[in-house]
Amino acid sequence: MLKINNLHAKVESKDILKGINLEVNPGEVHAIMGPNGSGKSTLASVLAGRADYEVTEGSVEFMGKELLEMSPEDRAREGIFLAFQYPVEIPGVSTTNFLKTALNEVRKYRGQDPIDAVSFLNLVKEKSKLVEIDPSLLKRSLNEGFSGGEKKRNEVFQMAMLEPKLALLDETDSGLDIDALRIVANGVNKLKNKDNAVIVVTHYQRLLDYIVPDFVHVLYNGKIVKSGTKELALELEEKGYDWIKNPVSA
Amino acid sequence: MESLVGNIDLKESLKQHLEQQLSNASSYLKEISINSFDKFEKLGFPTIKNEDWKYTNFSTVLKNNFQLSNENSLTYEQLSKLLFSKLQGNILVVVNGIYRPEFSTILEKENTLQVRKINNLSKEFIEQHLSKTLAVSDAMTSLNTAFASQALILQIPKGKVVEHPVYLYFIASSDSNIFFHPRTIVVAEENSQIKLAEIHQKQGNHISFSNAFTDIYLDKDANVEYYKIQPDQEEHYHVGTTQVVHKEKSCFCGTTITLGGTIVRNNMNLILNSNHCDSTINGLYVGNNNQHIDNHSLVDHAMPNCLSNELYKGVLNGKSTGVFNGKIFVRQDAQKTNAFQSNKTILLSKDATMNTKPQLEIFADDVKCSHGATIGQLDDEPMFYLRSRGLSESSARMMLVSAFAQDIIEHIKLEPLKELMVTMLEETLIQN
Ligand SMILES: Nc1ncnc2c1ncn2[C@@H]1O[C@H](COP(=O)(O)OP(=O)(O)OP(=O)(O)O)[C@@H](O)[C@H]1O
Ligand SMILES: [Mg+2]
Repeated sequence: MLKINNLHAKVESKDILKGINLEVNPGEVHAIMGPNGSGKSTLASVLAGRADYEVTEGSVEFMGKELLEMSPEDRAREGIFLAFQYPVEIPGVSTTNFLKTALNEVRKYRGQDPIDAVSFLNLVKEKSKLVEIDPSLLKRSLNEGFSGGEKKRNEVFQMAMLEPKLALLDETDSGLDIDALRIVANGVNKLKNKDNAVIVVTHYQRLLDYIVPDFVHVLYNGKIVKSGTKELALELEEKGYDWIKNPVSA
Repeated sequence: MESLVGNIDLKESLKQHLEQQLSNASSYLKEISINSFDKFEKLGFPTIKNEDWKYTNFSTVLKNNFQLSNENSLTYEQLSKLLFSKLQGNILVVVNGIYRPEFSTILEKENTLQVRKINNLSKEFIEQHLSKTLAVSDAMTSLNTAFASQALILQIPKGKVVEHPVYLYFIASSDSNIFFHPRTIVVAEENSQIKLAEIHQKQGNHISFSNAFTDIYLDKDANVEYYKIQPDQEEHYHVGTTQVVHKEKSCFCGTTITLGGTIVRNNMNLILNSNHCDSTINGLYVGNNNQHIDNHSLVDHAMPNCLSNELYKGVLNGKSTGVFNGKIFVRQDAQKTNAFQSNKTILLSKDATMNTKPQLEIFADDVKCSHGATIGQLDDEPMFYLRSRGLSESSARMMLVSAFAQDIIEHIKLEPLKELMVTMLEETLIQN
């Protein structure tokens, strides 16, 4: 479903992604790990279409289409979802109102009728149970004054509402308490099926105990320097990144 | 009906028209009018050379021919299209500056809300309430006062609470361009309460130029909730002052919503002349095309222990321009003053401009004052967030702009008016 080919990107004349290759198929879970500043969030943002990043080389194909030529909204409508590492607070925009608009824009793109008020409320009820988000949060302005963990939970709630084909979870685990981590991970697992895929960006093995990856990749200095199965994550947990950063001396 | 060309002729015609209008007026009204007109003549129409009018230039529109009389053929049917059915309460209609009782509906009892024309009032009342306490006596105010023999007076007797909101419609209606000078004096006596909304509307396609002035006197413990609503209208020019004079422990809350107009200049003057007064002024301006919206405010803290709070927000699109000038004086006696001011503008296009100038002059030492002004574009981060969820660029922008502006509308306590403003704002933003 996703084919990233030799992707280079820079921001403010600084090269950050230096030739990423990655293929994700329906039904798969990929984990991306790597030291701070290695380019993980950049990769996720480039896939979601953030304008600050300039793609200088390479291509990305999503569901058979050229992803990089699409606007962020069309990417979302095609089924890409980015759960942000740092979700922005938007005062004055009600979470519910925003989600309804988003859902209807996605439905319209897919040729579906707008959702009626009752079905929407039922959907909100169902999905908020799934990720155990406090419904009173949804009445507030989007992320405004939310705790770190509440923001992350709201990201996964939105994902549940929009049912993307490819979810990019950028450190969704950081900031979550132990119970919340389990709940959110279970939510993600319940949404998982053979037709969709997830890329989780994380620093910690404990998330991968819940969301078990088919593949683990290590991103370092703008490149995927090592790929493996879930055992690789355990190995990283034990040894850190040095042996990968300096493959010659390892 | 007088027709004229250019500023010089306009002044002359205004004078002739004033003489006609004053023929039946009482001698003391006449005196005030003539003195005011003299003052206007000396000052002349404001030009951009005048510091207070640096950015706001009416000289081009003043070159038009104007009808100066109040003549009109407004029918009830035409009028009813200009009244908002959502807004139920006391409806007062002023057409071309003249109060029209036959178009008005007063629900309140006479002992709660007195609605009168100025010529029915005593000399003492007139002297006290017309032109005595002026924060700024500029040309436009003088011109308005010159025509104040037609003023409308709203008086709320001591201890009375006006139960239903008062919707005061100022309507411009004529078969040619019209220039008029509505004057309203609101006297809220001790411990009385009123909710009052001015709504400025026009009928027809001709140029309308209103030079309005509203005095609001709050006696001890009085409470006035005031709104000035200016819907988006073409060929509409407006200079309007709201002057609020506080006595002790009185409380004023004013909101000015300007959704358009060709050139609009609003002055909001607060005179905090006694102890423990509380004044809040909020404003929202939305400009589009070549519209020009200017909000000047003056908060004059003369006595101790008062609070003033000011928030003006604006959204400018197209080639529109905005002006905000916020003066705050804290005089030597005004210890323990709290005065806050903030002005925030979003520019939606490269060609829109905003001029903002806070002006604080503080002569007391034990005060808390703050001011801040921001001018900027919509932030990229929230834009990207919304779009990454599937919202189109235009609906994301709409959502963020209306969130920014709703902040002012949220503060409207008068529920039906708030609802109307939410819809009107959305409509204006969609058109933009
Ligand atoms: N807008 C920007 N301007 C300048 N530098 C940027 C910008 N965005 C990212 N960078 C830089 O690009 C590099 C990669 O950042 P990125 O956020 O992708 O790292 P990351 O792998 O997600 O790190 P972390 O694990 O800390 O989240 C960093 O050095 C960062 O400082
Ligand atoms: Mg990151």
